[in-house]
Amino acid sequence: MKNRYFQKEIETESREKLEENQLKDLQNTIDRALTTGFYRKKLNDAGITSGKDLKKLSDISGVPITQKDELRSLYPEGLKAVAPEEIIRLHTSSGTTGIPTVIYHNRNDIQSWAELMARSMVAAGAGPEDVFQNMTGYGLFTGGLGMHYGAEFLGMTVIPTGSGNSSRQLRLMNDFRTTIVHATPSYLLHLYDQLEESEYELDDLALKKAFLGAEPYSESTRKKLEALWGIDVYNSYGLSEMNGPGVSFECEYKNGMHTWEDAFLLETLDPENHQPVPEGESGELVFTTLKREATPLLRYRTRDISRIIPGVCECGRVHRRIDRISGRTDDMLIINGVNVFPSQIEAVLMKIPEVGTNYQIHLAKDGALDRITVKVEIYSKLFTGDLGQLEEIRSRIRSRLHASIIIHPRVELHEPGSLPVAQGKAVRVVDERGGDS
Amino acid sequence: MKITQISVFLENRKGRLHQVCDLLGKAGINILALTIAETEDFGVLRIIVDKPEEALAVFAAEDLVARQSDVVVVQIEDHPGGLADVLAVLQQSDVNIEYMHAFLGRRSEQAYMVFRFEQPDEAISVLKKAGIRVIENDEVVQL
Repeated sequence: MKNRYFQKEIETESREKLEENQLKDLQNTIDRALTTGFYRKKLNDAGITSGKDLKKLSDISGVPITQKDELRSLYPEGLKAVAPEEIIRLHTSSGTTGIPTVIYHNRNDIQSWAELMARSMVAAGAGPEDVFQNMTGYGLFTGGLGMHYGAEFLGMTVIPTGSGNSSRQLRLMNDFRTTIVHATPSYLLHLYDQLEESEYELDDLALKKAFLGAEPYSESTRKKLEALWGIDVYNSYGLSEMNGPGVSFECEYKNGMHTWEDAFLLETLDPENHQPVPEGESGELVFTTLKREATPLLRYRTRDISRIIPGVCECGRVHRRIDRISGRTDDMLIINGVNVFPSQIEAVLMKIPEVGTNYQIHLAKDGALDRITVKVEIYSKLFTGDLGQLEEIRSRIRSRLHASIIIHPRVELHEPGSLPVAQGKAVRVVDERGGDS
Repeated sequence: MKITQISVFLENRKGRLHQVCDLLGKAGINILALTIAETEDFGVLRIIVDKPEEALAVFAAEDLVARQSDVVVVQIEDHPGGLADVLAVLQQSDVNIEYMHAFLGRRSEQAYMVFRFEQPDEAISVLKKAGIRVIENDEVVQL
């Protein structure tokens, strides 16, 4: 295999050099964080008043953890470590109570994100000769613009289709000789079914690779997609608080995702006591931004569980690899690539007076795609006897859920007392999708 | 004049209708008219019974979602065009029908229809003026 690099020096430098730069950047990040009221208090309480208080990388253990709820509580002001006029973009993620988290970017942040993205895609074998079709949502969802900027920076021809509209996706893939797509695994499976029913032939397409992220999937699904499409599939990992995609990405050896450690300080911690787990063992991924200027984040808990793969990759990159995400330390659901917390659904339902107190979230596979059904019990006292009223309640629930969590669930109305009484999360969420699609 | 109809919310679940009818049967309540409005996974059962108060009590005891509403039962001449004549009267007077269904009369000489109107009082006066028979409350059990 011929190894391609986008920023060879950064990607293949020695571990010592990498860590030396990490320490410098960590100290700078602490100094930037100290300019925000939130981190000044947090760091001062931990006895840190300057980046120089951290003498070595392992001193990170003295830096307090940052939780998603803390970021949420700062919304909409968020964390700004630069002057407002320097900020050129923001992204928000949705939050469990409907309150999102906000991440600001200045020009350098957008540029370094594009570099990380370009570096990732080159590691997976992409080059300026490729035609890249970006099949994920644009807008606030970071998979759209994040991949887009990286692909342009790398010099690929970008087709910014966004998500959905399978017949147009196939047409563009066919007409413009698309060689690489970015999608969710479930969408790429779905698209294959659509291809078989379409006027287009797989043999006529030029597709070589797919970058898949935003939802977990198994190794056997990767193999299946590779066999169906006759392509190579690469895993992508990211989260909106760490820009989005471009945190960790597979190289051509497809053996774990290289985490760009010059930009993100990677820790795997025990989710209970926040102590590091031994390298190679599963823990919660915790990241500290090392380059981001507008919104620095220190030891941010991702809630994603993975492990650092020991050893050095054959590709020669010094940046360590993480395994595919094996689970979450919270109850977040990933539905067709969209992150949804049961509490978000609950918050919407409980604001609808005609809905009783009991509900259930049911997840199943509908072909390749996830199907979510929200079952609610109706509140007897507000029943008018009209079928039209029930239909109206149902469509109101659907549209409010769509506004809040950007998915279109099926909604079922049930009689009071007919759904199992909730005793914790387990009964509220019934996930029948299985581990392997 | 206005007759009590009971609407019951039902999930589309096997045996559900039987359970509801069985409750009424065991309580000695007779169903006089019945219709079901349904969608894919739920429906509304609408019934007129001989003892509406008792029926509501039975449903309440079983935690069924039930609601009473007023409907108007109208005698229809049992010949071709009989229903059309009644509807023509209503249309001419601009009376809006929310829905209607047939009444299970036990005597066959006449037909009866159950109407749900937005404005039942207005509808009743329009029908009466046109010489159409509107069934009184105590008559309904004898139809």
